[in-house]
Amino acid sequence: MKLYNISLNNLKRRKGKMIFLVMGLVIGIATVVTLLSITESMSMDIEKRLNQFGANIVMTPRNENLSLSYGGINVGGVNYKVREFDEKKINDIRKIKNSKNIGIIAPKVIGAVKVKGRDVLLMGVDFEQEIALKTWWQFDGYLPKQANEVLLGSQVASSFDLSTGDNMILSGRNFVVKAVLQPTGASEDNVIIADLHESQKVLGKEGKVSMVEIAAFCQGCPINEMTLQIAEKFPDAKVTALKQAVMSKMQSIELFKSFSLGISVLVIFIGSLLVFVTMMGSVSERTREIGIFRAIGFRRGHVMQIILLEALIVGLVGGFLGFFGGSTIAWATLPFVLEGGVFAGINISLGIISLLLSVSLSLAASLYPARKASNLDPSEALRVL
Amino acid sequence: MTDNRHLIEIKEVGKDYLSKDVAVKAIRNMDFFIDDGEFVSIMGQSGSGKSTLLSIIGGLNHPTRGNVFVDTLDIYSLSSEQRADFRSEYIGIIFQSFQLIPYLTVLENVKLPMAITGIKKGKKKEMAMNVLKKVGLQEKVNRLPDQLSGGEQERVAIARAIVNNPPILLADEPTGNLDSETAIEVMNLLKELNDDQTIIMVTHNQDMCAYSSRTIRVKDGECFLY
Repeated sequence: MKLYNISLNNLKRRKGKMIFLVMGLVIGIATVVTLLSITESMSMDIEKRLNQFGANIVMTPRNENLSLSYGGINVGGVNYKVREFDEKKINDIRKIKNSKNIGIIAPKVIGAVKVKGRDVLLMGVDFEQEIALKTWWQFDGYLPKQANEVLLGSQVASSFDLSTGDNMILSGRNFVVKAVLQPTGASEDNVIIADLHESQKVLGKEGKVSMVEIAAFCQGCPINEMTLQIAEKFPDAKVTALKQAVMSKMQSIELFKSFSLGISVLVIFIGSLLVFVTMMGSVSERTREIGIFRAIGFRRGHVMQIILLEALIVGLVGGFLGFFGGSTIAWATLPFVLEGGVFAGINISLGIISLLLSVSLSLAASLYPARKASNLDPSEALRVL
Repeated sequence: MTDNRHLIEIKEVGKDYLSKDVAVKAIRNMDFFIDDGEFVSIMGQSGSGKSTLLSIIGGLNHPTRGNVFVDTLDIYSLSSEQRADFRSEYIGIIFQSFQLIPYLTVLENVKLPMAITGIKKGKKKEMAMNVLKKVGLQEKVNRLPDQLSGGEQERVAIARAIVNNPPILLADEPTGNLDSETAIEVMNLLKELNDDQTIIMVTHNQDMCAYSSRTIRVKDGECFLY
């Protein structure tokens, strides 16, 4: 017979009370776990979507002039001389401090070419990188693999009545149309997309790059810092973080996180109150029993140990069930809360936090009842005998 | 310190308490001693102060005045925690209405006083089984209290009180809830235990005093020795 035997037997014997106590904690912990799991899954979903969204940093040559276009409308027909980067230096992007966050680097060379007497924009790309970045691109035909193969924007194809398999001449060089992009509603509809190095030759810009799109794969990564780090490597470049989409989505998540935190605190508070009230009731009910313990020689500390051991057991059971209950609810409800949402999986760290939180709450809520029990005067307690 | 080595010495002990803002003298300056090996009955009517006296002797109820010496130790000069240790070592209490812990089995109830001692697990069981054999309950060790008769519950309470082998056994109306036949059985058991323990028994039943070697009568908080 040890003190923990008394605690265990009491909990076993008073199953109804034990279940009530555990339920209080399970509801609290399950709510916290559900909300945190859903928030985590939402963050992951946003990250995934942002990755699909493409580049989140764009590097262009610095230009002192102001742009005269807005929303795709050019005013005044002003053409500026396009400046370029040295292609060899592009690899320096991978030397920044946050290089581990850099996923895709997609360099481009851009310039005008004549097709059947009309000016058309030619964009030279590294197809492998470009396709990884523009996951939403869909095209009829096959992705160009040879240097003399091109991908046409939908507008270009219809303007020049070109389709897959047709030949076209660009600056005296023969190219084969390998695929035609389906309309994207973006600039790609109006360009001819060809291999980077072949385009450099066509445009007379060997070893030059007009712009670089960069995709940073990370959840809430330090995009501003990365922008500054790249700008430091390329003093002549204008490095822009495409933050708007990230910010608005992250703001929504932050809002949901704050809401979750508020709800969690409220539910945890109610759960703790439930444990406190039940433990107080249990101590009052057990006055006689505590009197007997004290009369046969139990010290105050022994009585406290018995009550707190019960709280510890209740906390552990509540935390364990609350964590798995919350994870299950998150898994089951996520498809309804978030379209196409995928459950982030069982988070061991969250499990440990749940157990610690549950045990701490249970112990904290039982501390006063335990002190009250241990301070019972044995003669007073025995009066109820 | 006392002049003579009595096991228990009550020196000018008094106990007052407030009842509806009125001071009531539960015990009025009592003075007596109990020697080692005695079986003393404390007899009196309800409300005479006999249970209060027993709780004072047991170190459970601080007297308003006077001293209680047990084995020359002034027990009310000790702190509350030291008195708990004293009770664990010196006192076995048989409560009125048995007062067993309902969620513990017979064996666990008997082992309860040993939960706070350093005795090894196997030894605890051996000691508990020995006293259960002594009270004739070795066959019912795994029963819960509510599965026992009144007499059996009383015997479990006695086993729990003696398991640590305390030198002093306090019994508060041990036969109060028993039929006369079972009461005689219990009194015979207490008489047997008196070979090893000093017993102080509170009762209001004159017949039970016959088992004791001496009776202290208590009336209106005062004692009369016989």
